[in-house]
Parts: sequence; C-alpha cells; structure tokens
Amino acid sequence: MTLAYDSFRPYTFVDAFKFMADNAGLMWSKTTEHLIVSGEAISIALLIAIPLGVWLGHIHRGSFVAITGSNILRALPSLAVIAIGLGYLGIGRTNVVFALVVLGSPVILTNAYVAVDGIDPDLIEAARGMGMRPLEILLKVELPLALPLIFAGIRTAAVFIVATATLGGVVGGGGLGDIIVNQASYFLRGVIAGSIAVAALSFAADFVFWSLQRAVTPRGLRLQARSFEPMSPADDAIAV
Amino acid sequence: MTGPSLLATGPVIPNFGEPPGGKNGCIAQNGTFCWDWVSLHWSDILQPRLVEHIQLTAIAVGIGFVIAFAAALVAHRQRWFEPSFSVLAAFLYTIPSLALFQLLVPFTGLGVLTIEIGLIGYTLLILFRNTLEGLRGVPEDVLEAARGMGLTRCQTLTRIELPLALPAITAGLRIAVVTTISLATVGAYITPLGLGQPIFYGLQTNFTTEFVATGALAVLLAIAADLIIVLAQRLLTPWAHSRRLAT
Amino acid sequence: MSGEAAEIVFDHATKRYAGRADFAVDHLSLTIPAGEICVLVGPSGGGKTTAMKMVNRLIDITEGDITIAGRSVRSLDVIELRRGIGYVIQQIGLFPHMTVAGNVATVPRLLGWDRARIDARVRELLELVCLDPDTDHSRYPAQLSGGQRQRVGLARAMAADPPVMLMDEPFGAIDPITRERLQDEFLRLHKEVRKTVIFVTHDIDEAIKIGDRIAILREGGRLAQYDTPEQILASPADDFVARFVGADRGLKRLALRTLADVQLGAVNGTSPTDPRCTSSMTLRDALSLMLTEGAKQVVAVDDAGRPVGTLSIEHVSDLLGPNA
Repeated sequence: MTLAYDSFRPYTFVDAFKFMADNAGLMWSKTTEHLIVSGEAISIALLIAIPLGVWLGHIHRGSFVAITGSNILRALPSLAVIAIGLGYLGIGRTNVVFALVVLGSPVILTNAYVAVDGIDPDLIEAARGMGMRPLEILLKVELPLALPLIFAGIRTAAVFIVATATLGGVVGGGGLGDIIVNQASYFLRGVIAGSIAVAALSFAADFVFWSLQRAVTPRGLRLQARSFEPMSPADDAIAV
Repeated sequence: MTGPSLLATGPVIPNFGEPPGGKNGCIAQNGTFCWDWVSLHWSDILQPRLVEHIQLTAIAVGIGFVIAFAAALVAHRQRWFEPSFSVLAAFLYTIPSLALFQLLVPFTGLGVLTIEIGLIGYTLLILFRNTLEGLRGVPEDVLEAARGMGLTRCQTLTRIELPLALPAITAGLRIAVVTTISLATVGAYITPLGLGQPIFYGLQTNFTTEFVATGALAVLLAIAADLIIVLAQRLLTPWAHSRRLAT
Repeated sequence: MSGEAAEIVFDHATKRYAGRADFAVDHLSLTIPAGEICVLVGPSGGGKTTAMKMVNRLIDITEGDITIAGRSVRSLDVIELRRGIGYVIQQIGLFPHMTVAGNVATVPRLLGWDRARIDARVRELLELVCLDPDTDHSRYPAQLSGGQRQRVGLARAMAADPPVMLMDEPFGAIDPITRERLQDEFLRLHKEVRKTVIFVTHDIDEAIKIGDRIAILREGGRLAQYDTPEQILASPADDFVARFVGADRGLKRLALRTLADVQLGAVNGTSPTDPRCTSSMTLRDALSLMLTEGAKQVVAVDDAGRPVGTLSIEHVSDLLGPNA
C-alpha cells in the first residue's frame, strides 16, 4: 500500500476546515466531479428502474425480478462490483457510473413496484367502474398514490449513490474519493475534509429529493407526511 | 505476500519463467479473466483470503450483535437510552468507510483491530434498530395475555418477546452481514486482509484477472450469505410463513 | 389453587387512579358463589374491565379487598395468583409463534408438568372446545378463523384447570352467528366443568343469556344492581337499570323461559288452525309465532305430535304481570 500515515492530533478536525479553505479550488473541482458521477448514476438508475417498477406493479407481475432480484443486487459488495466492472469497462468514470447504477437502482425498482402493486384494489375497481382507461388509471390513480413510496426509494438510492461514489477514488473515477484515498498528499486533515464534504453532499441529496417528494405528493396524502428527517440508514444498507 | 514492488505499474507476471498458458496465453496477455490464474492461485491466494473474509465478517457481526442486542434490551426497558445510542450509531454511518478506517489508524494501528472496530461500528445501528423494533412490535394483546397467565417479566422476554422479534432480528442480521462483507473488502485498503486484499493488489499492479476474479468471489460470498440467512430465517420462524388454511 | 370452583368476594373493592378525583371502581361489594357465572355489564366508563382486572391484579386495588376461596388476592404472590386464574380477552392474544398445542400448554409448562400429562391435557381440552386434536393441534394461530382462535383462547385459559376464569368480552370481535354458537358451547362447557366465572360484556343480551347473576355497573364504577337476570328484568332497581336493559325487557324475560318451564293451559278447545310448537321453544318465540300467525294461542306438542298444552296471549301477559 502506498499510504503515508499521518498522526492524529486533537486539532486535526479544525485543520480539516482550514484545509477546505486553503484548497477551495481542489475541493470545488472534486465536489463537482463527485456530483457529476452521482448525478449521471442517479439519472440512469431512475430511467431504468422507475418505468420498469411502475409497469411491473401496474400489471401485478414480476415480483421475483422486482423483489428477489433486487435484494440480490443490493447484497453485492460495492468494491467488488467496481472491481469486476473495471475489468470490462476499464479505468475511469464509465465504470464507476455503471457500478453505481447496478447498486443503486434495485432499491428504486423495489419501491416503485411495491408502491404501485400495493395500491388498494378497491380504488382501482372504483376507477374502472367510473370508466377510466388503463392508462388513465395508471396516471391519475396509481402513480399519484405511489409517489411517496417511490420517492422514499429514490432518496435511499440517492444517498447510497453519493456516498458510494467515494470508492471511485480507488479506480480513477474522480470525485471526493480522490482526496480521501490520497492521505499521502493531503494528510489526515484532507481525508476528514473530504469525508465532511461527502456527508454534506449525501445530506443535501436527501434533502433535495425529500423536497421533491413533498412537492409531488398529492395534498390528501400530504396530511400524513412529516417534516424532514434524514433517511434512516437502518432502512437499507447504505454504509459504503 | 512476496512478489514485485507494490509500486509496479505493469502487469505482474510471476518471474519464475513462463506463465501458465505460455507467452501468448491469457495471463501473459493480462486478459480480463483467466481461469488458469484462478486455478493456479485458488489455494494460495483466493481460498485463504476468502476464509479471512468470512472470519472478519463473523467476528464483526458477532460482536456487533452482542453489543446492539444488549443495548436494545436496555432501550426496551429504559426509553431514554434509545436516542442516545441511535445518535451515536447514526453518526458513525455518515463517515465514508474508506475514511473511517484511515481515521482509526492513529488510534488502533494498522492491524486487524482497526478493521474490526470499523466494521462493528457499522453493524450497530441496523442491529440495534431492528432488535428494538422487533421487541416493540409485539402486539399489546399478546403481552396482556402473557401477563394475565402469570408469566414473569423474564419469561415474557424469553418465551414471547424474543421469539416474536426474531423475524426483525434476522432481517437486521441479513443487512448487517451483507453490509459487513461489502465493507470488509474496503477495509483491506488499510490492512491487507480478506478479499479486498487481492482486489487492491490487482488494482495496484494492474493485473486484471486478480481483481475481477476476487471481486466475483466476493459477490458470490455475499449472495451465498444472503441466501443462507433467508433460509435460516424461514426455518427459525415457521409461524411467519405458514399460510392460512381454509376454515 | 386448582380444581374445585371457588367463591369470589368483592369487599368494598375500590380503584382510583393517581391524580383523578373520580373512582374507576367505587367500593364494589358483591359475592359470586362458587361455580356461578357473574356477568359484569354496563356502559363504557363503568369500570367493568377494571373491576375484573383487579381480581388477577393486572390492576392494583386502591382500597378494600377481593378474596378467592377466602384468601385475599393481595396476600398471594401475583405470579402464583395469575397462574391459578384462567384469563380470556377479546383480542385473544394467542402467541403467534406457538402452535395451538403450544399455546394451550403454556401454563402447564410453567407449572412444570411432565410431557405426557401436558399432551393428554391438551388433547382433552381441544376436544372440549370442539377442535380436532389431531389436525388443529400443530396449526399456527394465523391459520385459524376468528371463532377457532377464541376456542383456543378458551382452552388455553382452562389448561391448568383453574378454579376461577376471567373473561373480558371474549366474543366481542366475532360475527353474530359464530358468537351465538360459542355462547351456547360455553354454557354447555360450563355445565361440564363448573368454574367461577367473571364475564365482562357491554351487551345486555349476552349478559342475560350467559349470566347466572348480572352486576350492572354505571359511570363512576358504582354498582347499580346485582341480581339474577330474571330479577333484573322483572324489577330493575332504578331508571338507569331500566333504560340499560331496554324497553323490551318484558320480551327479554320471555326469552329466558321455555314452554316446558311454565304451567300450560288445557288442551281441549284448541282449533286445528292454532299454530303448533315444541315445548323447548322459548315463550318469546311462542309469542312471536302467535303474532305472526294471527292466532290467540299456540299448542305445544310432544315428539309424536300429540298436544300437551296451550299457551295464550293472556297467559303470557299474566306471566309478566306484577303477580307473576
């Protein structure tokens, strides 16, 4: 290993903030990279998992794919997926984004499926009885009611992806991981500064999707929605 | 491990003659995945690292479970305890593991202790929350029936509350185990133990098969562990899966 | 404390929650003879469940005392006390992780019975509550219907053959048809295994059907009347009781007796158009029959269809009158 080990002093934490100020340019560019990698991964994951999950839920089929399959993907060790991807996609951002999509979409898929599949059949029957077409039922009844749960999945995935993108530092994916894995150049204060930035980004991602969730939740359902609480990590394995 | 310098940048080819498969074989060409290498190094690299990985995981989840379980029992009786423990455990979660292991080094050195402490820390929150939720999820009428039948507090805990909390506890164990398997690979960044070691080594030396094959092995281990726990869960909690019969 | 039914005495038993001015149960005194079913009935807030739970000390007595077979419940170890009292609640509270047999065997196991004795007892009880010892034995509660679950609850409460049973609205959450069947079975069972039962309900009809005696509690946990169903219907102590038992208390009284219980009129002078009925019919049903058929009287017949007596509307009215 090429690590140089810094010693820890009580004021290392203070130094971490000094590090951020002294290296504002570096922090800014790494944070931007981190956001781009995470943003790409979240977007692709949404594009794949939401339509698939909603559709499977709508036709009430494919629980094996949406639940069992997802659970298996979620159990995969992040670094191992990144390592395997590296062998096939080579060094750089593509591989990291690919791994993040593989690891992040299952939770979105499962939630979207469960949200739509679990809607009270009486409501669907009422909608059908009123003469709604299948597409109208999907857009006017199923989707609005499923949104809170769908967004809960998106929040979990977003926090996971932002935090996991740190591992990109190991395989040339860029982002804040570059600082965290380079103690030799940036010392322990740099590692701490990078970690604080990652934690702040995760929190920000959580907050953004929580706000979106609130904005799109139908009013009648919003009565149950509470104020912002950070995603509970115990709900899902999001340590990375 | 003996071998070339850690700083080597080219493909690492054992320097005792021609590699298996010859000069134009998979290993010599640094192919993406060479079976030759896997079979050659199963017994001296892959298998020992796999065993280490299982040990790291078992110790971390075992100790983490004991701590979290005790904490959950306390929190079940003393309400004030929950927020304090949760905040502590949740704080640990916000630190990226790659950084946490480094931050522990000044205190616990470059050994197995650093990895285990980090891994244990990450298991606490899940195991604590799930155990506590399981205990709290026991229906009020069941508890009243138990009290009315003259079960002591201790009997209620061991015969009623804990068995009923078992599905939640095993669900927590399942998440804790797969998370720990994942984080243990990252831990090899600090201390060359477990399946993360060949992955990092392969990355350093740019020998593709080593990190691809080890990554695949880690994936298989995670899936196997996940399936074993699901199976154990079904065996341990038959009542939770019994289907309603026609009446 | 096992086997023989025991007398239960409430002696000025009082419950008052800390910081509350009013009583939950206000100096309740009543004696339940050994082997009888006493129904505690009343509106919500009447303290009926509180009164019952003071017996097995799920709720502590503030003042006064309750004795079972002469021994104060306060003097007994609370765990011992509870193991000697069968307890059935509306939500049943079956242990979902145990099979039917496991649930029924709970208290015997705690008491340290040997396996063979427990097995035999479980079989005996399942038969007693009309479950199949062979097939239902190893099912889980989730696999049973509501009625079956309550039967298991009943069997579980009787497992250690306790002299006293407490039942808190045991049939409250069950559909009317099943409820009626369970009530009938419970009465049959009670004839077989005499136990002193305290039965809580808010349903006056259930109280009249089940109870040997009924204690009507009113707001503030005060006892309004304690008597047999017949007496409560015939002479309510006050307006509250009269309103509680309902304006149709006359009809309810009729439902307590069958044609066989009363002196029937002479058979001669019956018309062939008079409706016929068996003597096991209740007076209430007989009256209903007269009214729907437009007849002045019904003719009771025996199994072979031979008339054994008559019952007229005037006769029914006399039975309910002040001189009855």
